Amino acid sequence: MLLTPKLDHLTAADYEHIYEPAEDTFLLMDALEKDVDLIKEQVKPSICLEIGILTSPLIIVILCTDINPYASQITLKTGKQNAIHLDPILTDLASGLLPRLRHSVDILCFNPPYVVTPSEDVNSPSAIEKAWAGGIDGREVIDRTLPLVDELLSARGIFYLLVISENKPDDIRKIMQERYNFQSEVVLSRLSGREKEIILKFRR
Amino acid sequence: MRLITHNMLQCHVKGCNTNNFPLELSEIEYELQETEFNPQFLRNFVPKLEWDALVRTAMKLGITTLPDKLPDTPIQEIDEKFLKDLHRVLLETHIQQGRMTCPNCQHVYPIKDGIPNMLLNENEV
Repeated sequence: MLLTPKLDHLTAADYEHIYEPAEDTFLLMDALEKDVDLIKEQVKPSICLEIGILTSPLIIVILCTDINPYASQITLKTGKQNAIHLDPILTDLASGLLPRLRHSVDILCFNPPYVVTPSEDVNSPSAIEKAWAGGIDGREVIDRTLPLVDELLSARGIFYLLVISENKPDDIRKIMQERYNFQSEVVLSRLSGREKEIILKFRR
Repeated sequence: MRLITHNMLQCHVKGCNTNNFPLELSEIEYELQETEFNPQFLRNFVPKLEWDALVRTAMKLGITTLPDKLPDTPIQEIDEKFLKDLHRVLLETHIQQGRMTCPNCQHVYPIKDGIPNMLLNENEV
């Protein structure tokens, strides 16, 4: 079993600047836990990339990108608190990693800003709003990420994506199949209040 | 930022597509932080490294333990001394402060409190 990360170093003041780990965070962790044997025995990952930091204590090199400087600092601390090393990079999605990491990432995880909002909220100056505002259908950031998945993922790599039903998961799966020839499945889904959260998993 | 991360970063300024790797380090403060030695991980990782870039970057920091060329021996037979030196450079050398300059367009990416900042202004994307 994977241990729940220690988060007691985080305070209420921190959560004014970063998205507090919530049901969606833990659902993504549960999905990774469910696949832990597959990941360890078949994928044998050496590079893991988390877009929008989540922290999965599975792999040795964990690049964590985030556009929020505060989140990147918290990532370093969270790694230390949990006796693993995380490598935070302050950037937008995977900018600055391509084409160097073309087809090199073995595990890619993304807990995107998925909440349906007006389009202009996606570029809000508030870091915390940016962490959840997804624009039309909550899809604007997700859709910008999909082509990167094809660029980044290695031959045996797996992409885990958290979505809600409003994001039209079937449409995302269809796009990944038709444009990039990715197979997909639903790993887990859970009702959290009124929100149905779903973990999608994509492989070549 | 560990040197393993530096080995994966490149300039992404709009239109800057050649000679944009590795980013050149300057005004660097770094420290060593010990971590568990995992030879199998290193063996698996060697093919994913840009070796010349790593050697050149380490030299910049005054670290001369890495050979100019990767050993000819098959990866599974690489000797432990080599792997230990590599472990030190790649996973235990942490850059805390400094600058990374693109050799092509001269854009500067700062490193602050151990975190590389790859964000660009809107007109540079």
